[in-house]
Amino acid sequence: MTMIKPLLIVFSIFAMPFALLADQTAVRVEPSDLQGPRQLQQQTATAAIHDYLQAWQGLSAALEQNRADLLDPDFVGTARDKLANTVHEQAALGIHTRYRDRSHDLRIVLYSPEGLSIQLIDNVEYDEQVFDQDKVLTTQRVHARYIVVLTPSEMRWRVRIFQVGPQESAHLKK
Amino acid sequence: MRSRWACLLLGGLTLATVQMACAEGGSMDLPTTVEAGNAFSIRCTGSGKAVLYIVGPGQALRRDVELGGTTSFPAGSLYNAGHYLVVLVAGPSTGSGSFNVVPASQPADLSFLARPSRLPVGLHDGISGAVYVFDAYRNLITEPASVSFELSPPSGAVQQRTVVTHDGAAWTEMDSTAKEGVDTFKAQVDRVSSTRVVEQVPGDPCGLRMAARQSGPYLEVQTDPVRDCSGNAVPDGTIVTFTENYDGAQSTVDVPLKHGIAQVEMPAYNGARISVASGVVLGNEIQWRK
Repeated sequence: MTMIKPLLIVFSIFAMPFALLADQTAVRVEPSDLQGPRQLQQQTATAAIHDYLQAWQGLSAALEQNRADLLDPDFVGTARDKLANTVHEQAALGIHTRYRDRSHDLRIVLYSPEGLSIQLIDNVEYDEQVFDQDKVLTTQRVHARYIVVLTPSEMRWRVRIFQVGPQESAHLKK
Repeated sequence: MRSRWACLLLGGLTLATVQMACAEGGSMDLPTTVEAGNAFSIRCTGSGKAVLYIVGPGQALRRDVELGGTTSFPAGSLYNAGHYLVVLVAGPSTGSGSFNVVPASQPADLSFLARPSRLPVGLHDGISGAVYVFDAYRNLITEPASVSFELSPPSGAVQQRTVVTHDGAAWTEMDSTAKEGVDTFKAQVDRVSSTRVVEQVPGDPCGLRMAARQSGPYLEVQTDPVRDCSGNAVPDGTIVTFTENYDGAQSTVDVPLKHGIAQVEMPAYNGARISVASGVVLGNEIQWRK
């Protein structure tokens, strides 16, 4: 691997080329415990997880630069609309946010029988900073259980649902 | 802000409270959850003016607040489920905390993915459907909910399945029925439903048979009415292939079904062997003798 500062940890049944990840992001992929009768091929799972992890970079860039167009490659439908709305609200308030994902603990839980959606659970740890102009208002480390639904598009899987799940999502202030 | 201060966030759904450290030794008591769309209020102790931010991937809000007073957020202010940071800025001092907005409990919308839209009759688990359940704000409802799937043919028995959602999703498979026609495939949660149309078409021909009779120098070859194994008429336009082998030569004619049968004229060679097929289905064979 030729990544810069590769602290990537992958315990996975998949041999995933996560070269697009930012440095110092740990990724653990648990073996799938799939609902549904449809077989999930390794190549499909690898692509979906790769695209999901890349979506975090799109999210981070969009919310940091307040540019909704940066969401388009990775998000679609409800997820895209909600994030874009947040971008517009942040811009109107004169704030922006910086998300830095630190670790992902991923598990694919559903490949719907018609092959049009993959649902995964991500126990993610990320740092969130809120800025008013250039002043940092707060920095928090967040642990959250995200429920994510990806759907296929022309070239890649895109995030259609991106939502914190029901389990406790405690935060630790830095 | 020199004095100590504290904030209380009072959500429409308060399951627990957590204490958050604030600037200058103050504290914020926040509930862990607020139900999407519900009204809530934040009370801050202290004195003076401050700015309150509530920020998450789903929304960003800002309010000017009076410390020592209560700021009300009416219903519909915060409606996207997610994890939100709360930041109170009073002059140079800031305090922060966080809470979750959880989906409303009442289903309002379904995403119903059903496939295929058209399939042959009599296929076991041939029809599949997956459902995602949403509240009025398009939040995925993650609490378990019973989804009723129902496949209704034009006539005959209705197939039903009830599946409990897991993390907002449920799926099922159903058999296509023996009768051709347009079925309705419905998913329902409480009073919210979504319907898809599934067209069931006849399967491959079954028991394909033909007969021949001489007409001058030709044979008039004609199939019996072509049906699938469930007795449904195979649709007109389906190609039937007649093949004649005679003296080492082979001639083939493709004929579409018309009014349920296929017919063709072929040379009446004595000793010719004529076979019929449709797709991968082979019919009978005739050896012509004058």
